[in-house]
Amino acid sequence: MNYENRLSYCVQKMKPSGIRKFFDLAATMEGVISLGVGEPDFSTPWAIRKEAIDVLERKKIVYTANAGLAQLREEVAKYLKKKIHVEYNPEDEIVITVGGSEAIDVAVRGLVNPGDEVLIVEPCFVCYAPIVEMAGGIPVTIATKQENHFKLTAEELKEKLTEKTKLLILPFPNNPTGAIMTREDLEKIAEVLRETEVMILSDEIYSEMTYGKKHCSITELDGMQERTILVNGFSKAFAMTGWRLGYLCAPEPVAKQLVKIHQYIIMSSPTVSQYAAITALQDCEKDVERMVKEYNIRRRYLVEAFNRIGMTCFSPEGAFYVFPSIQCTGMTSEEFCEKLLEEEKVAVVPGNAFGESGEGFVRVSYAYSLRHLMEAVSRITRFLEKHGGRHEETN
Amino acid sequence: MNELLHLLKTDARLTNQQLADMLGKTPQEVADEIHELEKKGVICGYTAIINEDLIEKTDVEALIELKVTPKRDCGFDDIAKTIMMYDEVESVSLMSGAYDLALTVKGESLKDVAMFVSQRLSGIEGVLSTATHFVLKRYKEKGILIEGEDPDERSMVCP
Repeated sequence: MNYENRLSYCVQKMKPSGIRKFFDLAATMEGVISLGVGEPDFSTPWAIRKEAIDVLERKKIVYTANAGLAQLREEVAKYLKKKIHVEYNPEDEIVITVGGSEAIDVAVRGLVNPGDEVLIVEPCFVCYAPIVEMAGGIPVTIATKQENHFKLTAEELKEKLTEKTKLLILPFPNNPTGAIMTREDLEKIAEVLRETEVMILSDEIYSEMTYGKKHCSITELDGMQERTILVNGFSKAFAMTGWRLGYLCAPEPVAKQLVKIHQYIIMSSPTVSQYAAITALQDCEKDVERMVKEYNIRRRYLVEAFNRIGMTCFSPEGAFYVFPSIQCTGMTSEEFCEKLLEEEKVAVVPGNAFGESGEGFVRVSYAYSLRHLMEAVSRITRFLEKHGGRHEETN
Repeated sequence: MNELLHLLKTDARLTNQQLADMLGKTPQEVADEIHELEKKGVICGYTAIINEDLIEKTDVEALIELKVTPKRDCGFDDIAKTIMMYDEVESVSLMSGAYDLALTVKGESLKDVAMFVSQRLSGIEGVLSTATHFVLKRYKEKGILIEGEDPDERSMVCP
């Protein structure tokens, strides 16, 4: 069988995730400590797990409404009103999805026609460009810069806007950089967009994880809600990655179309997870606070430690990553990560896995215990001493 | 609880530099704050949590429930103070509920502990009754799992 002409060209052209190769290497080695994951180390709060257990005992686990359990949609609406002061009608503006990932896919597919340009703010999570390509769209990347703390600026946006621009994907708080956009930052973006009909996909999956500043959603700004598909979910905030549950919110005419895609590809999101998510929204604010407080301690520790050893990094205000520069070693991101893995058995992710603009950086996750982080830092310090860290500082 | 105390409770061996990094302070500020907390008696001491199954151990430990008659002027304090003078007694707490004082007692053998309870504790004026429960195995102490955390099931690297 000649699979090459059996398989879709689009899929064959798709690059496997840059992280994959690295993961395979790490998995063969003994004694590796990883700072490479993008999911919380905390267990899902007990109240949520207990609810799932009860549901399994009490209820028939059948499909829910396509858009998700009505009660869950109501809770999502209440949650968003409380957190970002934006109102969505649970009846027809909220769809419960299989993680934020499905919400992104559905949103892109629902908006993009072949040839449409989609602006992707990089460095960013790895799924946007492949999803845009599968929908026939053209990914146009906007590289953010360390000197701007990896925020998107109005100038960078204007430079890439064309008549073909359909959608801007706005991923803040950002994976991998930890950057956030404040209300003032977003206002400048909104100002540019108001002149256009460009839609926004705002991926706010890390919205609960901000440090010192409250998360601001672009939907809070004048005229933005009507052009935005807001994506969020339970994975990060409630430590529920494996439960696969997220949601999208959009104006009714948009949501009405998107729910059709969701209905055909998914039917309805996992029922047990949906019931458990109601409990998450109703009862687990304190748990989220506790986790965020813990992340913040780790964040401060890593930022200080990396800056001290010459891996300069700005103080990220969101998500659970720091994004230090490795320029002092003179290596590329991939060289650095491979050498660090071989010599000190620490796994971090090369910045270029999140787009070319991530070159010269590595992503370090602090979804690990302090003890684990301290061991990793002492290994990285030893590595840097051997490979020219601090060198630049003394120059 | 303040963040410094929270961190020291999870790991009292963190250096001042590490604590400073975690708290966004200078090492000197941390040192001063700890000194102040020690001086005020907020921090009463530092200790290690030990999995005694992994060392050569001969001690046995018991939880003892005590019912007592409070004294007229000083309530339970007086009797608690008498009890805590014994070296065998590791902790003393006043409890709500079915009994009054909860003790942990250590001895070299079951008999040792039993004798201590019957000869020393029971004889103290005001002690009405005792119930002794020997500790067979410790699972968790001060928030720390004695046999270590479960292995990390997350994949090594993921986006």
